[in-house]
Amino acid sequence: MSGLGERRLEGRVAVVSGGLRGIGLATVERFVAEGAQVVLTDLDAEDSAEAKSVLERLGNSADYLRADVTQESDWERVSNHVRDKHGKCHILVNNAGTDLTGAVESLAMEDWRRIMSINVDGVFLGTKHLVPLMAESGSEVKGGSSIINVSSIMGLVGMSEVSAYNASKGAVRMFTKGIAAEFATKQMPIRANSLHPGFVFTPLLNAGFQRWVDSGAAEKAEDLVAMVSGNTPIGRLAQPEEIASAAFFLASQDSSYMTGAEIVVDGGYTAV
Amino acid sequence: MAKRLDGKVALVTGGTSGIGAGTVERLASEGAQVVFTGRNEAAAKDICEATGATFIKHAVDDADGWAEVTERLTSEHGRLDIAFANAGTEHGDASVEDVTVENWNAIVGVNQTGAMLTVQHAIRMMKDNPGGATGSVVINSSMNAHRAMGNYVSYSVTKAAIVALAKSAAIHCGNQGYKIRVNAILPGVVETSMIRNIIEQSGDADATRAIYEGMAPLKRMGNVDEIAALVAYLGSDEASFISGAEIVIDGATTAGMMGV
Repeated sequence: MSGLGERRLEGRVAVVSGGLRGIGLATVERFVAEGAQVVLTDLDAEDSAEAKSVLERLGNSADYLRADVTQESDWERVSNHVRDKHGKCHILVNNAGTDLTGAVESLAMEDWRRIMSINVDGVFLGTKHLVPLMAESGSEVKGGSSIINVSSIMGLVGMSEVSAYNASKGAVRMFTKGIAAEFATKQMPIRANSLHPGFVFTPLLNAGFQRWVDSGAAEKAEDLVAMVSGNTPIGRLAQPEEIASAAFFLASQDSSYMTGAEIVVDGGYTAV
Repeated sequence: MAKRLDGKVALVTGGTSGIGAGTVERLASEGAQVVFTGRNEAAAKDICEATGATFIKHAVDDADGWAEVTERLTSEHGRLDIAFANAGTEHGDASVEDVTVENWNAIVGVNQTGAMLTVQHAIRMMKDNPGGATGSVVINSSMNAHRAMGNYVSYSVTKAAIVALAKSAAIHCGNQGYKIRVNAILPGVVETSMIRNIIEQSGDADATRAIYEGMAPLKRMGNVDEIAALVAYLGSDEASFISGAEIVIDGATTAGMMGV
């Protein structure tokens, strides 16, 4: 019978984009706690205080590369680094993302292009450049390698003045189904699933709430937290660790028959 | 080492075979005290010996019989943390044009009313748990909730209905302030003894097996332990922010098309 030991990630190599904060950081920490070697990327300089303090906590189990998910050359560097250092890759979490809010007629074309570039191009490029190595490594693991694309409940339901973010996260959802069908059809040992967090206490959420406060939509951020909590059956927002545990499930061999699927982690927000 | 489900009490309906039996085994291996129901006493005896679980003979659609299940769980374990509404049937199903009302009613009785009774009694028990109203209910729907089958109208309709059951119950628990999560899982074709029997009795076992295996782009059926692993995850505190969700586990069968 599969025990807890088999569920863990010893011997696995994972890449997590946007790994220095929020859901990405919680995922990196969880993977390391489960025994994985993790390569994390983000936009901060490699000698930044942020990167150093995260790496210090993670010891020898993680290393950090500054990489812009929108740049193909950066992904080539990440992929080469993973191949040179570890020779394999079993898990890819395309987590890096940004948001954009505002009335559709007021959105600047460059801002639209920027969110599409980070949220959509970034997921495509990460997948494109890690898939060859993940296909090689996948046969070592029950269920194969695992790609986890971080979408959002905003990739499932629309929201006023969130149209650009809605579009980008919807694209992530369908990109995931397309590659899942493709890998399975070709018998490539890679699974792909999308993760759909609801409202989570992260730096991105805080910044978004603050923008709403600045625009006069709410008096203070606490009011928005109370409003969202009230609209969530579980009655609160999530902690990043609660999203990381779903990423861990999708990364582990416990999800070996799951591909092309979605896990919504939203406390029931979209069930209502 | 502490196990993930240590101290938790679990109920599995339809636990004597297939996904139910596999889930009894998995939950027990992770430290839960497991009570399971069903009708096959001989199969149940073996499962009890292998896993240490307890069996209560009960058909899920027997509304009156739920009193005994509830009473025994309360008196013997004092709480309920995980309920897996798993019992289901497709016996006698047919197309909408051909199905008899008796067979339709029987399938609705087990798959839909039985699931509702399971969720209802689970929530009634969980809300009185010592320490507060906590728990996790998992409903075994099917990928056919999203993609109906022409020749299995009752099965397809009931499996779709119980996805709404999960969402309604999740919202209700939120409204009441219970920390009880309710979710549905939607498996694809799983290689259970039921499916194996269909394959063996089909006349051309190899061809029938190939049809079932070819349904998923992954080119294989799911295994019972793979579904049980998802139930264990949802039942555990790892899934503390997942409620009202429907999770497909089908080897990409419903994700799209295989291409040319």
